[in-house]
Amino acid sequence: MRLRVVAALAGLALYLVVVPLVFRESRYLLGVLTTASVLSLISLGVWLTFAIGRINIGQAAFALVGGYTTAILSVKLGVSFWLCLPASGLVAALVGAVIGWPILRLKGVYFAMITLTLTEAARLAALNGGSITQGATGILNIPLPGEVTLAGVVLVPAFRALNVHLAFYYLAAILLVLGLVTVTRIATCRLGWIFRSLRQDEALAASIGVNVAKYRVLAFALGCSFAGIAGAFFTVSQQSIYPSSFGVPDSVYYMLYCFLGGLSYVSGPVVGAFVLFLGFELLHGLREYQMLTYAAIMITLMLWLPNGLLSLRLPARPGVKADTA
Amino acid sequence: MIVMEVRELTKRFGGLVAVDHVTFQANQGEVLSIIGPNGAGKSTLFKLITSFLPRTAGRVIFQGEDITGLSAHLVARKGVVRTFQETTIFKEMSALENVVIAHHLRSRATSVGLFLNTRVARQDEAAFRDSANEILDDLGLSRVRHEEARHLPHGHLRALGIAIAMAGDPKVLLLDEPFSGMNPEETDRMVAMVRGIRDRGVTILLVEHDMRAVMRLSDRIIVLNFGRKIADGTPREIQSDEAVIEAYIGREDDELGI
Repeated sequence: MRLRVVAALAGLALYLVVVPLVFRESRYLLGVLTTASVLSLISLGVWLTFAIGRINIGQAAFALVGGYTTAILSVKLGVSFWLCLPASGLVAALVGAVIGWPILRLKGVYFAMITLTLTEAARLAALNGGSITQGATGILNIPLPGEVTLAGVVLVPAFRALNVHLAFYYLAAILLVLGLVTVTRIATCRLGWIFRSLRQDEALAASIGVNVAKYRVLAFALGCSFAGIAGAFFTVSQQSIYPSSFGVPDSVYYMLYCFLGGLSYVSGPVVGAFVLFLGFELLHGLREYQMLTYAAIMITLMLWLPNGLLSLRLPARPGVKADTA
Repeated sequence: MIVMEVRELTKRFGGLVAVDHVTFQANQGEVLSIIGPNGAGKSTLFKLITSFLPRTAGRVIFQGEDITGLSAHLVARKGVVRTFQETTIFKEMSALENVVIAHHLRSRATSVGLFLNTRVARQDEAAFRDSANEILDDLGLSRVRHEEARHLPHGHLRALGIAIAMAGDPKVLLLDEPFSGMNPEETDRMVAMVRGIRDRGVTILLVEHDMRAVMRLSDRIIVLNFGRKIADGTPREIQSDEAVIEAYIGREDDELGI
């Protein structure tokens, strides 16, 4: 236990202090790490739906919802990014709750298929959103995060006055740490046990007084809010959003990060996202063979470590393992 | 004292009437068995009482309160708890974890309270753990409490299924074929277990095919055939009831000489 705390603190120091200090001028590397952090956050949301025994291939839809929320609020209504960020999470969670209520009655491959079509539906909605989403043109010139002041004290300076890449790296890192703490806490408290009970047998869970519909929606909406926040982040860091910003391949990737990292562990999606995304970037030199090599590595991983990368070192903890069939 | 009253409960699946205007009352602290040939509608009746299936017509009154149409988890919270056929447990949890989570309907903390680990949540959790250990002791499962549930032998799994139901502190416990697939020795142990639960004042409704166990345990028996109640009485009365004998072994046919 002690050892794990020390390891976690060391990892945190590396992530929040050493890496940004060493690579502060390396825009490319900082950018890659930032993206990996936010992809981890989105995948953590997918992991939450895995926790209740549902395969979610609709996460990109909610990233799109969050992205457009931020784009519309900040460009059309002039709302500060720091309000847009939580608002995006909230809107994505609400949309997730409304859609999740009926579709969470489905299980297994049926739920997965519906969520897959959800991703495509979100893209079409954005494409045909008229003046609200500005169709295929997308929403451009989204302002960078401004400064945050409290009683005259500058808490966060405006991003354009800073090393923008470093600023976004920190924002992504803080969001990921918060997300990871949240999900870890959920997994260890009774909520985690409720989610596990839903995954293993919904009828039995109902018989012991668990409000199955409520907790299913809670887990799903929470996962969607992660996508909404991450979508807002990408939108503001790229200062633009298009209907194609998040699509079906993205949804599939988020799910794969969970699978390949290890569904039994809260940190699975984070490890999956970092290893696979960084791996993909490292293969950049292979040019036209990049995708092929990447795919081969993925398939090998799945065959060799069906319980994810984390099963390599940690013994699988029974009871936390997913059965989504 | 009547604890539960079922009035004219009916379930139609298309043209098939699985449960047909069934009416009965369960008295406080008795073992009331529901028997009948395969397909008589016994399990469907259980699902209707516990709201696992929506009814077509009729009502269920529990302690003077109409509980028909409530969601399954709310019926459980009222104190009407069912077990399942076969071995329905949380397979990837230990026996203890199964029973601890099964205390959920006694949980007072909200979702946010659970997340923030408030004092109420911590008190609940400690109380549930103590109570779970007690239940496991009572049902003879204390030796396997840390064993992962899917590795438990058949008899233990059945007992664990009942332990899960007991965690909700039920007033009425509906046992769905608790003796099926058991050897005589296991059956004896289970009979003793069910009696022990009854002696604590829990009313038990029992669906079972093992007639020896049913006759030993029951205070009263209801017989269903093709969804209709055809008899209602003490074990002795049921054993000599013409309609019941006919339902189980058919009518004597003089012409064929059987």
